Amino acid sequence: MAAASAGLSSMIYNCNKQKHVSVLTSNTVYLVLKRRISTCIYRPQSKLQTKKKSVPQGMVGVIGLEIHAQINSLTKLFSGSQVKFLAPPNSLVSFFDASLPGTLPVLNKRCVEAAVMTGLALNCSINRKSLFDRKHYFYADMPAGYQITQQRLPIAVDGTLTYSYLGGPKRNQMITKSVHIKQIQLEQDSGKSLHDEQRNQTLIDLNRAGVALMELVMEPEMSCGEEAAAAVRELQLILQTLGTSKGNMAEGQLRVDANVSVHVPGEPLGTRAEVKNINSARFLARAIDYEIQRQMELLEQGGVVQNETRSFDQKTGTTVPMRDKEDFQDYRFMPEPNLPPLRVYDSASVPAGLARSQVVLVDQLQSCLPELPSVRRERLVQTYGILPEHSFTLVHEDGLLDYFESVVSSTKAEPKKVIGWVMKELVGSLNQQSLQVSQSPVSPHALAELLDLLEAGSISSSAAKHVFQELWKNPGKSAEQVVREQDLGLLSDPAQLRSICQRVVDTHPEQVLAIQRGNHKALNKLMGEVQKETKGRANPVQIRSILQQIVSP
Amino acid sequence: MFSQTIRRNLRHAAFNLRLTNHQHNALVTSGPGRLAQCSFLTVLTPYFSDENYVHNSKVPRAPKWQPAMKTEPSSATEVPSEVVDKLERLALVDFRNQEGIECLEKAIQFADQLRNVNSAAVEPMDSVLYDRSIYLRKDTIHEGECAEELLHLSSHVIDEYFVAPTGNIPLAKHDERATPLEQEK
Repeated sequence: MAAASAGLSSMIYNCNKQKHVSVLTSNTVYLVLKRRISTCIYRPQSKLQTKKKSVPQGMVGVIGLEIHAQINSLTKLFSGSQVKFLAPPNSLVSFFDASLPGTLPVLNKRCVEAAVMTGLALNCSINRKSLFDRKHYFYADMPAGYQITQQRLPIAVDGTLTYSYLGGPKRNQMITKSVHIKQIQLEQDSGKSLHDEQRNQTLIDLNRAGVALMELVMEPEMSCGEEAAAAVRELQLILQTLGTSKGNMAEGQLRVDANVSVHVPGEPLGTRAEVKNINSARFLARAIDYEIQRQMELLEQGGVVQNETRSFDQKTGTTVPMRDKEDFQDYRFMPEPNLPPLRVYDSASVPAGLARSQVVLVDQLQSCLPELPSVRRERLVQTYGILPEHSFTLVHEDGLLDYFESVVSSTKAEPKKVIGWVMKELVGSLNQQSLQVSQSPVSPHALAELLDLLEAGSISSSAAKHVFQELWKNPGKSAEQVVREQDLGLLSDPAQLRSICQRVVDTHPEQVLAIQRGNHKALNKLMGEVQKETKGRANPVQIRSILQQIVSP
Repeated sequence: MFSQTIRRNLRHAAFNLRLTNHQHNALVTSGPGRLAQCSFLTVLTPYFSDENYVHNSKVPRAPKWQPAMKTEPSSATEVPSEVVDKLERLALVDFRNQEGIECLEKAIQFADQLRNVNSAAVEPMDSVLYDRSIYLRKDTIHEGECAEELLHLSSHVIDEYFVAPTGNIPLAKHDERATPLEQEK
């Protein structure tokens, strides 16, 4: 039965990835839908009815994101039961999580610290006193009938997230922007529901019920899917650097809802639609761009944008209205009567006699923050003289920075040269086979050795590329071994080179004539021929000068 | 047995209370600042009757409350049928009949009395613990692994899942109802 449960759990997981998937399990078709909680009280793009049927000119999209990040903690927000993905159903549930009468919430210190750290990393001000509220939902996967969240006074407010992406007409221009973060609030996650529509019932797994979330609410300041995707990637990286969330979108540790509207700049914001069910940064960009396009076309045809919740369909790349669209939910917010205010302190302001276990120090957490991605990228650009976009790839790809730095430290080649090899050969080959950096068949040591051979002038750069591919296929070998075995060493004997060049000149009289008439481009053709003869083992500068000597009258 | 429990608890109570036998229902102070309804034979009488009782000047000697002024039923309490539909959906309660609507309107009128209270410049207190701080727990696993016990409480389970009705809108949609409210009227 445990196996069957694990099967069902992984089914929930798979189905969360793809919304409407039917799976046959013991002659029952389960249709799985995932509900997400959103506790945003901020409704900037409120129900402004889009007026008239005038054809809108120069409209732009406006995007505000609400992001739920699961806090990386051992236990839940208000109970001591374990947080774990894909466990047997209802095995990670305490009496409190099941809302049995008489149970009370007890706040997890780790979750408070994680929220404070995240707030600090995003330049928020940390509220020294924050409050908890109840937000009411009537869903079977939230057995208390309400979610504990922070509506009135959240733990962190008023921050910024700076993000960059490659834009411009050639998509090679580094564009840096920032978005304001309205607030970060601590709240509980809901359980999961599996809907069995044939038998008209819902199966409830409360393992996720009560897991700690940070909800980050961003101001509607972005204008396209690419910006939103870049902002989410940067946030993901910050959370992972801090260790406050694992931030894996596919496992639901980072959930993004996008509020999308369109308007003419300078005019009030249009009616917004909320797009949910997005589980990767790439799909986020596609979902948003589709939604902006849909709304613009709708308005151009004289239609009206509905204030509704839409779901992104990965297969078609479109957004569709969600089945349970409700006009305006009444959450009946109320102060949580079981929880006194949450207080955090600075070292100087801790009340005397307060037990250490009860103190969260903001200034201490601030001083212990790790190097953030933006600072790290800046440092890489400064230290190694590499391009900003390369610093992005180094920091974004898990393990790539370590790889790069270990090559740099053990080769004589310049970091600028190393980065070219890492970006082009290594990342290119990894992507081709969709491998992780840690799975690279070419070790940093082997690459360093290869670059040393190149640096010393023992091999040409085209031969070095060949050696790299050989190393890729034969992980055990060293660069020197490959060069020796395949005789790829640079041809440095002038006499030998001269004879090869002479042979090429003799067999290409037309090019020679062209050069002598002043068409110097024809020389490149001859150089290409010589490289073909030498299998790329000759120094191009040397060949050029030999060819020029031979050809010149 | 119940009264024994109460006795035991009260030994620890912060207030100095003495148990006597009485045949009334009364509100009982069972701890600092907490009230509990006590509807059985045992009732408590504080030391009020004793000669060493000192009256706290902040506590009135007699109840000060007065019945609220009767508010006239206003047109605002008439509930349109769309709102009834919406309330039914939110509350998951079907009360689409004359009696139900009258009951709702009475409830609104009752609550409306609160508007007569002048609360200007009074900061609302949402908890008696407003001047305390929340307790922080260490992040260590000490609960869970009790699926069997929990599932046992549920009337309907499949494997290790609780079973609930599908969807969240058990009430029929407005246009699908057999007897729409307007027709009833």
